[in-house]
Amino acid sequence: MNHLPQAWGRPRDDVYGAYDASHFQMSGPTQHSSRPIVTGTSVVAVKFKDGVVIAADNLASYGSLARFTDVKRLRTFNSKSVLGFGGDVSDMQYLDRLLNSLSVRENYSTSIDDSGKSDLDAHNLHRYLSKVMYKRRSDFNPLWNHILVAGLGEKDAPFLASVDLLGTTFSSPTLATGFGAHLAQPILRRQVPDEAASKELSQEKAVELIRECMKVLFYRDARSMDKYSIAVISKSGVDLKEDEKLENQSWAFAEGIRGYGTQVN
Amino acid sequence: MTSIGTGYDLDNSVFSPDGRNFQVEYAVKAVENGGTSIGIRCKDGVVLATEKLVTSKLMKAGANKRIATVDRNIGMVSAGLLPDGRYLVSRARQETASWRQIYKSPMPVASLAGRLGSFVQMFTMNGGLRPFGITAIVGGWDSEGDMAVDGQVGAGPSVGAGGKASGKKYGGPFLYMIEPSGLYWGYYGAATGKGRQAAKSELEKLDLSAGALSLEQGVKEAARIIYVAHEDSKDKEFELEMTWVSGLSGPTKGQHQEVPKELREEAERLAKKALEGDDEMEE
Repeated sequence: MNHLPQAWGRPRDDVYGAYDASHFQMSGPTQHSSRPIVTGTSVVAVKFKDGVVIAADNLASYGSLARFTDVKRLRTFNSKSVLGFGGDVSDMQYLDRLLNSLSVRENYSTSIDDSGKSDLDAHNLHRYLSKVMYKRRSDFNPLWNHILVAGLGEKDAPFLASVDLLGTTFSSPTLATGFGAHLAQPILRRQVPDEAASKELSQEKAVELIRECMKVLFYRDARSMDKYSIAVISKSGVDLKEDEKLENQSWAFAEGIRGYGTQVN
Repeated sequence: MTSIGTGYDLDNSVFSPDGRNFQVEYAVKAVENGGTSIGIRCKDGVVLATEKLVTSKLMKAGANKRIATVDRNIGMVSAGLLPDGRYLVSRARQETASWRQIYKSPMPVASLAGRLGSFVQMFTMNGGLRPFGITAIVGGWDSEGDMAVDGQVGAGPSVGAGGKASGKKYGGPFLYMIEPSGLYWGYYGAATGKGRQAAKSELEKLDLSAGALSLEQGVKEAARIIYVAHEDSKDKEFELEMTWVSGLSGPTKGQHQEVPKELREEAERLAKKALEGDDEMEE
């Protein structure tokens, strides 16, 4: 007699051999995405005194292959907010449709007499997204993205926050996802160390800073591209440019990098 | 009504010996008591207008809207039993949302009218159901632009197969009216409710099929027609509610929206003036 209850009433292993349980599992356990497939790289954003500037390049990579070169990773939600998506592109498309249906439903009850006052602002949108992302990670079925929400929050104050595939949220006057968090964030922080500095920053300076970051990212991040989108969100609405090129590149620094080009050591 | 149902009006699923469905005819009676609603299909958009009768002074002016938005580009208004109208609106919203789920693009107005027609008709055949006590007017604009698929991220290949046939026109303004029987037609101008006869004869004068009326003129005509139709029930107070939808190059950018306050007030002023002019001529 075996002391294990699950073996009681079954043929004895020592007489008949171990029970072959393989037919119980025709397929494996339920599996969800365990890695992103087609991916977008960094998104960078900075708050300035009247709004937020956000940028992302137009590349979707398939592993190390530069697969799609006209992918729009900045998504306008309404006149008050823009989302920047890093990570899996198909999950981004799912979220885009989800938010589209949300915006259609919001639109039902909006009357123009209150001129968009009842619109969801960037703060509301970020909260909603964080709930979606956290629910999905708790189902062990995460949406493989790191998202920056840029726009205007309460009382039309500039708003910038991030949510990632775990549903983790945080906010800062400068934010970057992916490689940008390592390469662009230090540059951004040097200019905008705190909230007070972002209140001093002009729109022109902010745009210039973001363009500089996109250039550095293109220099050093192998999954990036020299075509990018940039959006400025302020009280006058969303100004989104989706076909920008990096200008005034200088690759002189590359000579000094060990392992670059034909130089081996 | 000349004949009383004599037992043939107790159920939807029963015809009278002379081939009538009395329940549907009674539903039409409910519509004929409702406030007037109209729709005008102009060359560059659609206007919807309704005479919202004020049932109580305790209700906030301008609140409790009667014209509803379905998806982003379609408007719906009805005459008859209000809750029936709301139910049909919620059905229309479900239809457009499920259309987006399947096709990843907005539902054409014609398809929506077809789905709603079938839905309303179903309530005239089944026992245990009552027909809709409303006639609904559905107006919208099908986008004339290159329509992106919802969630689309790129432009697709720049060379090779794909794209549209050249020289073909897409999109435009559409207007449909759905009756309690489930019958629906496309219209240039549609009117329903108490003042529909007066409204229809005014609409006919506009020669809408020529396609010459602009959207802004349409707004002014719509306001005037609602005021004309209200003449017979002058003792009751009403609010004029108007919405419009234009093409991408027009004032609403393909969206169904309320007519801006200034324009609505201007249209109302002109409508009142036109009515006073008529009175003087009669005297």
